[in-house]
Amino acid sequence: MSIGSLLILLVSSILVNNFVLSRFLGICPFLGVSKQVETAMGMGMAVTFVMTLASIITYFIQIFILDALGLAYLQTIAFILVIAALVQFIEMVIQKMSPTLYQALGIYLPLITTNCAVLGVTLLNIQYNYNLIETIVNAVGAAIGFSLAIVLFAGIREKLEISDIPKPFQGFPIALITASLMSIAFLGFTGLV
Amino acid sequence: MNLGKPFIRGIIHENPTFVQLLGMCPTLAVTTSAINGIGMGLATTAVLFGSNVAISILKKAIPNKIRIPAYVVVIATFVTVVGLMMKAFVPALDQALGLFIPLIVVNCIILARAEAFAAKNSVLESAADGIGMGLGFTIALTILGSIRELLGAGSIFGKLVFGEAYQPALIMILPPGAFLTLALLLALLNQIRTKKAN
Repeated sequence: MSIGSLLILLVSSILVNNFVLSRFLGICPFLGVSKQVETAMGMGMAVTFVMTLASIITYFIQIFILDALGLAYLQTIAFILVIAALVQFIEMVIQKMSPTLYQALGIYLPLITTNCAVLGVTLLNIQYNYNLIETIVNAVGAAIGFSLAIVLFAGIREKLEISDIPKPFQGFPIALITASLMSIAFLGFTGLV
Repeated sequence: MNLGKPFIRGIIHENPTFVQLLGMCPTLAVTTSAINGIGMGLATTAVLFGSNVAISILKKAIPNKIRIPAYVVVIATFVTVVGLMMKAFVPALDQALGLFIPLIVVNCIILARAEAFAAKNSVLESAADGIGMGLGFTIALTILGSIRELLGAGSIFGKLVFGEAYQPALIMILPPGAFLTLALLLALLNQIRTKKAN
């Protein structure tokens, strides 16, 4: 595995296969927690943290438990339990270690369990047969892509708040149209890799 | 006991997609064609029905403090069952839906119904609620899938509608089309709702 191909994997998971805008994973937090840039950043940080750790742990679980014992059909159940436990554990650790960070991330952490981007990235890593290094690179890239999309989206939504929008489009519809335009912009990256 | 009420509510008044705006990931991702929409909707309905019934039966046995992890395990079990059955009987559809079959686990509609309805109501009512919500979701996905397939490929359920001369607007099948179609549908519903209120 050369550095070059890892770099390509990183760029493609951030821009080309952007988790939110081209794979449709993690739409709930993308639409729900994107009213302000600050909260969007908090969510992005929390997701990056959980996604990377969850990818590493599920990689070992897949190899040493599920594959070793021939239990591949328990994948979904095992992974979601790992993610739920991990989120709970991280919440406790952060609360003890860094109360300021806990204050900042606090409300977003429990939400991450049902963020399909996290379960999605762990399943994709296994599906594509990535090794440990590729798994980490892919998870970090996907998380950066998620954070990038949600922060940009929040920036646009802050401006939308003060603009004049036709009544039926207020709220959710205009947010979706914004996401649609952003998604067209991200389509432009398709030829990059 | 009136079973019609929880059933109809899921389809119209509390439609999970158009009114509650839940489960957006599969809604946007798999509706590239009408048949994918129906397939995803029915798979979700099956899980919703199973988990609602099981959680309603177990509601006294599950301690309140660990109810969420317990629900997730029940839901994940049904998702695994449905996923394996789809692999065996409809492999083509399973291929098309791909990653989004295991991701039914984290579809918020299912956990929301478990927490808000099945944990408090009788088995029969929960079953009706599960099927109603599931069908509401299926109908929404099918509408979305039909519109996108019609504009993006000129066909519906794989049958050409517009004839050979039609130039399909490919963008409707690509990700931007998903956001746009849902946005316009929601705006239309908002418009109808305000007209009705006046």
